[in-house]
Amino acid sequence: MTKRTWTTSHKTVAAALVALIMLATGARAELLIRITEGADSAIPISVVPFAENGAIPPGDKAANIVRDDLAMSGEFRPLPAEKMLSLPSRREEVYFRDWRMLGQRYVLVGELSRNGDRVVARYELFDVNQEKRILGETAAASVNGMRTLGHHISDKVYEAITGVPGAFSTKLAYVTLDTFNGKPRYRLQVSDVDGKRARIRLESQEPILSPAWSPDGTRLAYVSFETGKPAIYIHELSSGKRTKVADFSGLNSAPAWSEDGRSLLMTLSKDGNAEVYRMDLASRQLTKLTNHWAIDTEATYDHSGDGIFFTSDRSGGPQIYHMESPGAEPRRITFGSRYNARPRPDNTGDYVYYVHQRNSAFHIARTNLKNGEETVLTRTESDESPSVSPNGRMLIYATKQGGSSVLTVISADGGAAYSLPASEGDVREPAWGPIVN
Amino acid sequence: MKLSMHTKVLAMLLSAGLFAGCSSTGETMDEGGYGSDVAAVDQDGSTVYGGDDQGGVSSSALTEEERMAAEERAKMEALRDITTFYFDFDTAEIKPEARDVLVAHAQYLANNPGRNVRLEGHADERGTKEYNLALGERRANAVQRFLIVNGASRGQIETVSYGEEKPAVMGSSESAWAQNRRVELVFN
Repeated sequence: MTKRTWTTSHKTVAAALVALIMLATGARAELLIRITEGADSAIPISVVPFAENGAIPPGDKAANIVRDDLAMSGEFRPLPAEKMLSLPSRREEVYFRDWRMLGQRYVLVGELSRNGDRVVARYELFDVNQEKRILGETAAASVNGMRTLGHHISDKVYEAITGVPGAFSTKLAYVTLDTFNGKPRYRLQVSDVDGKRARIRLESQEPILSPAWSPDGTRLAYVSFETGKPAIYIHELSSGKRTKVADFSGLNSAPAWSEDGRSLLMTLSKDGNAEVYRMDLASRQLTKLTNHWAIDTEATYDHSGDGIFFTSDRSGGPQIYHMESPGAEPRRITFGSRYNARPRPDNTGDYVYYVHQRNSAFHIARTNLKNGEETVLTRTESDESPSVSPNGRMLIYATKQGGSSVLTVISADGGAAYSLPASEGDVREPAWGPIVN
Repeated sequence: MKLSMHTKVLAMLLSAGLFAGCSSTGETMDEGGYGSDVAAVDQDGSTVYGGDDQGGVSSSALTEEERMAAEERAKMEALRDITTFYFDFDTAEIKPEARDVLVAHAQYLANNPGRNVRLEGHADERGTKEYNLALGERRANAVQRFLIVNGASRGQIETVSYGEEKPAVMGSSESAWAQNRRVELVFN
């Protein structure tokens, strides 16, 4: 594999490249991760294969899942098992000197056992330099829930080391497009963040766009053209029940949830021009939030939950605006180029991410809301649909690779990257789901 | 039916001022042997005759008119073969070269109140999907306004934007993008 060097604002970091390949197998289509390169700046960690006690189901084991998750984040460099000098499963078996010799900062050990129809993981995380246990827990999942268990452990390990909650147990929503019987086939899918356990939620010959997660992760709002024109639907994932909430003449697009899950921002053009509205979902009452002859769209709530970011071309081309509260005068945020659109704030309130045109290429950039500094994060050239992970550490977006649309994940500062191509056709419109406890 | 079309086209041409100075009265045309179809002309486009009667035209002149009308009809029909209109990046300005064709479509709609058209607005793949949806709509709306100003009625026109979702041409070249930034007229 070629080693690529990515230059961010001040430092040079090597990219962690992980490929996710979509395999279409019957009704299911999964994205598979292939790690092609580790990151130089990543933290060395050893995830020791867990000891097994009792009938543990075949397939990926918790430790493998943890190892892959940590590698995927770009912030860790797991040691391959064959390089380990021993395979401890409990504290007494951990010889810190050996792990120090291998250059490891952390060691995760554990054991899987069976308790009726549940799989139980007992695991411990050690800081090699301090020779100290920094995490110890027992967690259980159903016998079919090994991936759930693995991602849970990844989250805990990630948080113990970085101080930030992990987002490995979260879900991705995205849309795939291929051709079936000579017709386009759009599929709205939901998978784990590593692309596994993908499930098709909606299939249509007409476009499906803009999936947006409800804050509790139980529902998706999206735009579907299934009736020949765009309408906004809310889809309850557990039951599959769908409700059409906006089907006005003209545009019905760009849904975004409020923090309490009770209302949706959306773009409607029922009065002749694209404006941002808020719909109260219980009453379906609409409040018009923008009123301008320009295109106003792609609204999303800001960190406070009161204000909104949105795209408007009122200055002549699309730019990002912030409206501090409903009805307040919008303030322009982006000035760096003539095309900046589709804002997505992170959970800290420090940054807003968006699509940014520089020269003839479209990248993902972010602006520091405190000092206005703009950083271009991507080297790819046809980037769109940025979505920030709920812990603010990573960003997924769609780009072009060899003529197809693929999803790419980067760390939020632009440091690491991996991509998720589809084996056939396109994968696009990623939406990173919330952390759900 | 064929004649009816013919006379409607004639009426259309008159309304477009292409026959300026050659307008005639219904009676004169009756003499020319258009028969009952002339009534259709009067009903459809009585305003085009106005009061500016230049006196009758001879039958030979009518034949000449007929020839010219056929020629013009062919020209207008040829114009109406064009149903896709292109735009520059991030604009919804109708290009000068599209105007004559859109006028032909508008007048066709004006003369055929029973026909409806769907304006499908599109954008190229660059930029964001949702902004492009709005941009596609802005383009469709620009064409709609143009058609209405030139005689079509609002009720005949429906608009929909597909944004960048339905490219006419696959690929990521300047040429593909140029062909994808468009409004398509789809007659029902």
